Amino acid sequence: MFRKTLCYKLPILFFALYTGIVAAENTIDEAPELTDIFYGESLFYAFQDKHFDAISKLDAELGQFYNLDDPSLDPFNKQINHAEFSVGSFELAYRMHQRAGRAIRAVMESNLDQTIRNEAAFRLARIFYQKSQPGNALDIILKIKGDMAEDLRVDEIYLRAQIYISTGDFAKAVTLLKSIENEDKFKGYIAYNLGIAYIQNGEEKKGIATLDKVGQISTDDRGVLALKDKANLTLANRMLENGSPELAKKYFSRVRLNGPFANRALLGAGWVNVSLGKFKKALVPWRILHERSVTNEAVQESMLAVPYAYSQLHYYGQAALAYGKAMDSFGNEIDRLETSIKSVREGKFVKAIVDKEGERDKNWLHNLRNRPETPETRYIMSLMASNDFQQSLRNYRDMEELKQRLEYWLSSLDVYIELIELRRRYYEPLLPVIEKQFKKLDARIRLRIEQRDRLDQRLKSIVISRRPDYLATAAERGYKDKLDRIELYLSKRPKQYSKEVRDRVSRLKGVLHWQINKAYHERLTNAYKQMKSLDIYIEKLNSTYQSFVRTRQAATQSYVGYDIPIRQLQTRIQARQMKITGVMARQAKLIETMAVNELERRRNLLEEYQVKARFALAESYDRATKKQDKAEEDKIRQKLEEDKLLKQEVEPEKEEPKQKVPDKEQSEQEEVKPEEKTQKNTKPQASVEEDKEQAQGVAQ
Amino acid sequence: MIKYITGLATALLLASFVASAADVTKDQIKGLDEQVQDIKKDVINLTADLLQLEEKLLYPSNSQFAIFISLGEKDKLRLDAVQIKLENKVLAHHLYTFRELEAMQKGGVQKIYTGNVKTGEHQLVISYVARSSGGDVSKHSDTFTLKKGVGPKFVEIKVGGPGANSQGLEFKDW
Repeated sequence: MFRKTLCYKLPILFFALYTGIVAAENTIDEAPELTDIFYGESLFYAFQDKHFDAISKLDAELGQFYNLDDPSLDPFNKQINHAEFSVGSFELAYRMHQRAGRAIRAVMESNLDQTIRNEAAFRLARIFYQKSQPGNALDIILKIKGDMAEDLRVDEIYLRAQIYISTGDFAKAVTLLKSIENEDKFKGYIAYNLGIAYIQNGEEKKGIATLDKVGQISTDDRGVLALKDKANLTLANRMLENGSPELAKKYFSRVRLNGPFANRALLGAGWVNVSLGKFKKALVPWRILHERSVTNEAVQESMLAVPYAYSQLHYYGQAALAYGKAMDSFGNEIDRLETSIKSVREGKFVKAIVDKEGERDKNWLHNLRNRPETPETRYIMSLMASNDFQQSLRNYRDMEELKQRLEYWLSSLDVYIELIELRRRYYEPLLPVIEKQFKKLDARIRLRIEQRDRLDQRLKSIVISRRPDYLATAAERGYKDKLDRIELYLSKRPKQYSKEVRDRVSRLKGVLHWQINKAYHERLTNAYKQMKSLDIYIEKLNSTYQSFVRTRQAATQSYVGYDIPIRQLQTRIQARQMKITGVMARQAKLIETMAVNELERRRNLLEEYQVKARFALAESYDRATKKQDKAEEDKIRQKLEEDKLLKQEVEPEKEEPKQKVPDKEQSEQEEVKPEEKTQKNTKPQASVEEDKEQAQGVAQ
Repeated sequence: MIKYITGLATALLLASFVASAADVTKDQIKGLDEQVQDIKKDVINLTADLLQLEEKLLYPSNSQFAIFISLGEKDKLRLDAVQIKLENKVLAHHLYTFRELEAMQKGGVQKIYTGNVKTGEHQLVISYVARSSGGDVSKHSDTFTLKKGVGPKFVEIKVGGPGANSQGLEFKDW
């Protein structure tokens, strides 16, 4: 039976240890040299454990990156794999294991450096292990090839060993754990698991020796100290199973009196003494336990164990008294549990655990016990520390947070609708007037730009074929026209067109030609300069034009085309809100059921104890009465014998019974009135010194 | 008798090891967990769409302007507060919490301000209060000319980086 129970218990121990070490967390410790500022922003949130914001922002950035025409040209491309890995890591930290798994698997199957792929495989294997899927975890971890990054070397071996333990391959687990036995990382945990793996592998002696070492580790680390206690407790239980109570006693005595396993150890230490027939000694640890919080299961058990020991010592009166007290105490606790169950069912428990104050107080769950309106959480402390409960609680809190975010967005959308309406009212009357003016200006702008383009064409053609006349001044062009007109006029009147006049016209034309050609280079240079300065104005004009076009477009876009998207988003938000409300209700119900089940289990246990105590009390009274009757019978018999003797012997010896009075009183005090006896003799079975000695032993 | 007691004690000890909720199955927990994960995925996608809408509505690309703060000397400097002024108007003022500072020391970048600004040149004044590793408090301030073009403008201000100026600031356009 023990082996069966132990086999059932071991995976739970491993799991508890594992989750103690490897909580879901963001594995990105430091930002790389950034090539994208928004990636840095996402990391800023991730480093503060604001994973929702980190994922949303990085997702958006990755989406934009992949939508680029050629993402390979973007600087972000250099660290895209890091970013992909990060988003998987953030998702894992946000307990989105399914999505994180896909992201990390993508990295694993890429053509990246083997070290990065190994790391991805390790992370994915760890996810599967955390999700209690050791088979999948093993498949993934076997894909690791070559060396791991140095900082993950021990982690990888340790995880591999844990997976082998879960799959029942203890020999491989032993080999792996032995290879990292002397590492500082996971100090104590490796040895503990090695000890368990040895035992499971049938190497009992080695397992016990290893656990024995763990049980004697010298450390200040609270976690390792708890592990040390656990190792000693495991060993003690193992010794009890092997029928070696003396050894079990030794291991129980190593457990600290103020540790999380102290109560179990004290209870066990008492039972070991009982098994050795040392009932007085059994009372020592049990009395210490007796003084502790009545809500503890071990303490409650000790309330039955103490009177049991009394009765074994034939102190029935004291046993009856203790059973009576235990019954009262159980009754009170059952009432408290009933109230707590009612309170949990009314939703007060879930309300309390998701209280805002919990975000500020790290020990919120522990401190709940001090709040009057909260159910009795002392009874469910171990449940609240369990993986299932924690997961359910986090899920509930996450849903609560998402609900609040969606409420914020819904109210923001209402504001946006109002904002859009205000913009519409402002821009709609303005835009047609502006549009009209713009059209006029637009025609003028186009004209001027065409003029500029024509001039530009001319200048370019001059460079190809010399055309000084294109650069003539207005006066020169006037003179040329005048001379042409004179020539035309004279050609129609030959009589007036004398040689003298012809020569004069030719000379004037020559002068004009000379002037135009002489100034050509200078004029060409000037024309270029003018064109350049004109281009500056044209550029400004274009920029203003573009700016205006954009502003006009922005003004239109600031209120046009939002109605449908906003309505769709509102619908989507409302749909998610409904979904969240439903899941939250189911999650709350699950948490409450877990709590109620645990409270009911404890109540049923107490009721069982109460029944046992009632029967034991009756039996104790019965035995006490019998003992008393027997004592009285003995006294009567003795008296009769004495009377008989007196009759037979001499008369003066009548005063003899007076000398017997103290004996009679002592006997009555001891057996008939247990209350008085308790007052006078609170420690009848063991001396105070003996108590202290034993307590110190347990503490050691 | 002794054997019986030993067995009883062991069973009781082991029974006290595990607290479980009998009627809540692993499948129930797993099923709900998967639903929660689906909702998270949905809400993340929805939030991305909402952020996109918000950006389009409140910070159109032609006028969008954002300022980011990062730390250069990650271990040596403890940034207490930062103030940013644009054309002598306070845009942003931030007092750093321990967690924010820690996140920046790891290389995270804080987006301290997002808004709108006209195209053209603007005077940006950055003031900050910091403590050195020795605990000395120092105040610094510097002016930076911001040239806003047609597209969105993102400026990173690195405090205490290797390329920092005399005021311990380094500006970078993204």
